[in-house]
Amino acid sequence: MLIDEYDPLKGTMLQILDKDGKVKHGLEPEIGEDRLVQAYRTMVFTRLADDKAVRLQRQGRLGAYPPSKGQEASQIGPALALDKEDWMVWAFRELGALLLKGVPLWRLYLYWMGNEEGSHFEPDIRVTPSAVPVGSQVVHASGIAYAAKYKAERSVVLCYFGDGATSEGDFHEGLNFAGVFKLPVVFVCQNNQYAISVPRKQQTAAATLAQKAVAYGIPGLQVDGNDVLALYAATQEAVERARKGEGPTLIESYTYRMGDHTTSDDATRYRVEKELAYWTERDPLSRFRAYLEGKGLWDGKQESSWQEEASRQVEEAVKQAESFQAPSLQEVFAHTYATMPEDLRQQLEALDKELNGSKEG
Amino acid sequence: MVVMNMVQAINATLRQEMERDKSIVLLGEDVGLDGGVFRLTEGLMDKFGKERVIDTPLAESGIVGAAIGMALNGLRPIAEIQFMGFIYPAYQQIVSHAARMRNRTRGGLSVPLVIRTPYGAGVKALEHHSESTEAIFCHIPGLKVVTPATPLEAKGLLTSAIRDPDPVLFLEPTRSYRLLKEEVPEGEYLVPLSQARKVREGSDVTIIGWGAMMPLIQKTVDELVRQGMDPEVLDMRTLAPMDYASIITSVKRTGRAVIVQEAPKNCGLGSEIAARIGEQALLSLQAPVERVTAPDITVPLPKGENYYYINPARIERAVKRAMSF
Repeated sequence: MLIDEYDPLKGTMLQILDKDGKVKHGLEPEIGEDRLVQAYRTMVFTRLADDKAVRLQRQGRLGAYPPSKGQEASQIGPALALDKEDWMVWAFRELGALLLKGVPLWRLYLYWMGNEEGSHFEPDIRVTPSAVPVGSQVVHASGIAYAAKYKAERSVVLCYFGDGATSEGDFHEGLNFAGVFKLPVVFVCQNNQYAISVPRKQQTAAATLAQKAVAYGIPGLQVDGNDVLALYAATQEAVERARKGEGPTLIESYTYRMGDHTTSDDATRYRVEKELAYWTERDPLSRFRAYLEGKGLWDGKQESSWQEEASRQVEEAVKQAESFQAPSLQEVFAHTYATMPEDLRQQLEALDKELNGSKEG
Repeated sequence: MVVMNMVQAINATLRQEMERDKSIVLLGEDVGLDGGVFRLTEGLMDKFGKERVIDTPLAESGIVGAAIGMALNGLRPIAEIQFMGFIYPAYQQIVSHAARMRNRTRGGLSVPLVIRTPYGAGVKALEHHSESTEAIFCHIPGLKVVTPATPLEAKGLLTSAIRDPDPVLFLEPTRSYRLLKEEVPEGEYLVPLSQARKVREGSDVTIIGWGAMMPLIQKTVDELVRQGMDPEVLDMRTLAPMDYASIITSVKRTGRAVIVQEAPKNCGLGSEIAARIGEQALLSLQAPVERVTAPDITVPLPKGENYYYINPARIERAVKRAMSF
């Protein structure tokens, strides 16, 4: 078991693909070739969709947006280990994971464009809405997992959060709850080295974030967050443990946010240029592509045709999101409660009259 | 019918609802083996097992947050926060997630959750055990806030809260837990949410209260009636969304309103009620709206509590001030 071999207190990090895409002997996980190609395609698609979102924001067509660039493996690697029935609980920088889970891109664009309908997912997709208050979703994951266990379902919960979230109380309460009740959750900390401007070292004096698992009596493992195979392999083990009733696991995905925190942020205020150069060499896409090409699963021709097709799909999603009708006044009131209280109905009528009925004087 | 106090009525309701619906689970600190510090959940772990009556780690945000997750995945959790004074770590979970999940997913997901917690002063308790901070919850769209005044009311309102599709904060007046006994039906009993209870019909003045204020109002009313007055009494019982219509109808008829609120004055529910009366019944008023509230100070420890806690004499004086116009 990788989980036993990589002790978070000893600072060993699991890596299967090195930065040039060479696979480490004996560590290559068992995974179907179709699935590998699907993972890569999703990574490319994510990068294009992400880049498009940033450009849309610059053009005033989308609101503040948290870019995913550089974290595609960190998002997609863990999600590769999920089945359809499994839950995904996320924060706000998990575009690739959501796309792999089957959330349509146009809905996510719609959300970032400022429409709640963008968080209205199909019920069987089992994805929560984004959780912007940092770390607050971690406790939900434990509750969802408790319900899954209570109902004797096979499903597990994959819960994402960032390095900053590990300083929040809800991180502690969520992991502790999951540990006590041995719940089927895999916690994935996307350690992208910064919580907006505050570096990882200022979040905690702990040597790794993975070692925080020790205090909860659960396994923890630090993984190269730009190595999609390592993330898949670690999560796969954690998912199996969870399904067998052996409880939760904490995976620290050691990665890097190549863009700004959000489009409202300017990372040059707190990061040095050479850091970005270091991580550019470790780009999760080029590394995985080299691996796939080495295995004969991908080539330049496939790359250019997928880039073209993916770009077309991205444009299609933009079109769909932009053509989605803005909510009516009734809609913004309608889902406050299951049934609208009488007083709220009167407020709606009064506001409607005020905004639309000025003709009456 | 069985004669019960509020603790017994709540316990019986939880038992009855859990028998009816297997998706109901209880969670909180000391709710299992210990049966809750006020014994509200006594015997339930024995009956339903520790998977359904869950002794959680001591973590309020975790309790409410996990309950939200349970609700998202098909359960109907009832979380207990041991005292209202300890609920604040869970405030973010209540405000930022439970209350808005339905709206932020445009009806895709919802949180059918009940959070029960004892609240209120007048019991000579430790610090942080006497809060009455309902107003900071009533301000939150998407959340319902309910408080029963009697054992029968507790059964009816809690049953409705448990079956409600939206999150409900169920405030149990600590002082009333064992104050009074009354007949409670053994079978199913529901009281609709967001409907005030007219405790007494009258014509001189409308006295408006809720929770632990109702027994004090009753005492005052008994005295006022002896003196020949005819007050009307409303128990608001659902504090959000509140049944303002009943208040307006009553005040339009009586022309006078006295609001009795255990909590401090500033920005309390009484402020909102007074404003609504001003908006909708001003021309029927024969006297300024009176408010009997706690002062804007921290709840004193037991030695100073008598200065703070409302007594029938204060309510009586307020009614007489209103009647003097």
